[in-house]
Amino acid sequence: MKEKLTGAQALIRSLERENVEVMFGLPGGCILPAYDPLLESSIRHILVRHEQGAGHMAEGYAHVTGRPGVAMVTSGPAATNLVTPLCDAYMDSIPMVGITGQVPTAAIGTDAFQECDTVGITRSITKHNELVMSAQDIPMVVRQAFHIATTGRPGPTLIDLPKDVLQNSMEWYWPSDDEVLDSLPGYRPNVKGHAKMIKEAARMILAAKQPVLYVGGGVLKARAAGALRELAELTQIPVVTTLMARGAFPDSHPLCLGMPGMHGTATAVTALQKSDLLIALGSRFDDRVTGKVSAFAPDAKIIHVDIDPAEQGKVRRPDVPIVGDCRLVIEEIVKAINDLLQSGEKQADVGPWRSRVSGWREQFPLAYDQSEPGAALKPQFCLEKLRDGAPDGTIVVSGVGQHQMWASQYWRFEEPYTWVNSGGLGTMGFAVPAAIGAKVGRPDKTVWAVDGDGCFQMTAQELVTASLEKIPVKIGILNNSYLGMVRQWQEMFYGERYSEVNLSGTLPDFVKWAESMGCVGIRVEDPQEAEAAIDKANSINDRPVVVDFRVAEDEKVFPMVPAGQSNDDIILHQSQSARREFLK
Amino acid sequence: MSGNNPVGQDNQHHVLSVLVQNRPGVLARVSALFARRGYNIFSLAVAPTEHPDYSRITIVVDLQSAPLEQMTKQLFKLVDVVRISELDPRHSVERELVMATVKASPEQRGQVVELTNIFEGKILAVGADALTVSLDGSPNKIDDFMALLEQYGIVESQRTGLVALPKLDRTTKPRAVKVPKGKAS
Repeated sequence: MKEKLTGAQALIRSLERENVEVMFGLPGGCILPAYDPLLESSIRHILVRHEQGAGHMAEGYAHVTGRPGVAMVTSGPAATNLVTPLCDAYMDSIPMVGITGQVPTAAIGTDAFQECDTVGITRSITKHNELVMSAQDIPMVVRQAFHIATTGRPGPTLIDLPKDVLQNSMEWYWPSDDEVLDSLPGYRPNVKGHAKMIKEAARMILAAKQPVLYVGGGVLKARAAGALRELAELTQIPVVTTLMARGAFPDSHPLCLGMPGMHGTATAVTALQKSDLLIALGSRFDDRVTGKVSAFAPDAKIIHVDIDPAEQGKVRRPDVPIVGDCRLVIEEIVKAINDLLQSGEKQADVGPWRSRVSGWREQFPLAYDQSEPGAALKPQFCLEKLRDGAPDGTIVVSGVGQHQMWASQYWRFEEPYTWVNSGGLGTMGFAVPAAIGAKVGRPDKTVWAVDGDGCFQMTAQELVTASLEKIPVKIGILNNSYLGMVRQWQEMFYGERYSEVNLSGTLPDFVKWAESMGCVGIRVEDPQEAEAAIDKANSINDRPVVVDFRVAEDEKVFPMVPAGQSNDDIILHQSQSARREFLK
Repeated sequence: MSGNNPVGQDNQHHVLSVLVQNRPGVLARVSALFARRGYNIFSLAVAPTEHPDYSRITIVVDLQSAPLEQMTKQLFKLVDVVRISELDPRHSVERELVMATVKASPEQRGQVVELTNIFEGKILAVGADALTVSLDGSPNKIDDFMALLEQYGIVESQRTGLVALPKLDRTTKPRAVKVPKGKAS
């Protein structure tokens, strides 16, 4: 006879079968039944202070481990609090499974207490979602949710569980892989690239005189950093890594040009513009990279490798579209290039292109003005100090805004999965909870969140979670007491008319706040104090640390391509603008 | 939905026949996708197929709002969407049904009946000063019929939207409808 379980027991057992080790959540009315069998489960549950925190923690965990993050919350307001992380995960293709309670099936549609149309609300921000109407369906729905979240282009899925479905009994089963596939006839991601296209790509790569590898987050999702390095070194083609791909190729590598885009390095931006062949690997021609699309890389042919067919031709029509998993496709391209070389074909000389690119790199390094004696700290200086003091392999997590761009610019990423940020959605408040999730996923690594004072105030309460759960993350707040990026735009594009961007230089007291949450709080106001404070933070491993860097309020992020303008119109740091004709 | 021009043999409309898993919310997923991506639907018809696990949605899309390729690729990403056929009017059979209640005084009744008969339509109901008629056929034929009814005054009407299937190849036997094996090809 088959074993009888409640829906709730079936849910927890199904999660265990999916090898879930940790989940992030907060209980409430309709999800209550699921929290009871959790008491006997092997799964570690981390009790958050706000459901949004649970979602971002699940994302941070998924970012650094490659495994799906799980967040479980109740119905209604808890489900709506999960909306932001779901959308964030959808935009950045993060594997994540959200589990929400729902009012009992008989009450659905009656505007019952804490009822909302969760599957309706999350339909366009999940890869798939499902309202479960029978306890018997739970194991299958869980398997489907994990399968869909982690295969193809990864993304969030959501399981909505009415309270009575969790309470009713079911006969336990665990569907086989074939049964899962048969239940999803409309879901068959294509992972293997088209052989003819791969050969064509190899030919184009060998023929190109000014090629660039335009690497996006898909390379990390496909765990293709090794294959990418092989391709780059074989062909000696320079590499740009987008905001979502930082760490996919070592910043110290001579072929690495850094980040392209709105705040990318002048070299990366210009290399794309002047290229005759862009090899786009798991990148999606985001508007923050292309600038004005019609002026983007006007002379370049495009090879576009992406597992999502809908990315092909969405923004720029590729000459060679290849739908498939980045790792498999890059490996095949390398093989095809080697075959061509062995059959006597020669690669075009990329030497002149590489020396031109090197010239740009020498002329246009990242630049900022050091503080005058007695003047406020520079945020870039803080980042350099943080970077230089951090142990190898440190994971850096950021919020959204100026501090995010500086972190991406000034950190030196040497390994994949050491950079966690909210790229597509641009979710302020991402850093603190995502850093906690990252530290849970990689307790062996130092995790530094680089945050802004605006971002920090959105989700800081999760540091209570971190203290209580003994998750020793480190938070460096680049505190300029402004919504810095908005201030920068108001200064540059709205005639210095500052509207609603001053967050007050006096409140809150971040050190006291940190201490009240069980963290060590340190304030740094003088450049002389920075190094000692960072060393102290790095030496503390039994609790979270918050360092409040009081930085200059008027510092701006450069280079910058103003929104909607051509990448050719890049604004350089003033110390370099006189020699901009070198970029021609 | 948008646009007032009837579906003709123009270049602005295209017919997608979408086979979906017959599950709750599938129509909402499809229509939400169109709304979210800014694609316009000209008409939409949905009903179960011969196989109880699948429904077929016939969508006439407005190509002025987005390229067809993007629409089909985005649609294909929906887990419940199993197969999409783009139906070229030259290689498909298309039908639409209209029902219309038309003003018709006793003196005019004969004219409306005659018109309906010419088009091979049906009289569904007769009232003191109105008739309800129906007609099925190609969208063009229905456009013509509706235009001729205008002079009497159309009280209300409802078109079903287009449904379509591929034309059969006469050189081979018609294939039995298979349960789809998924999107991979």
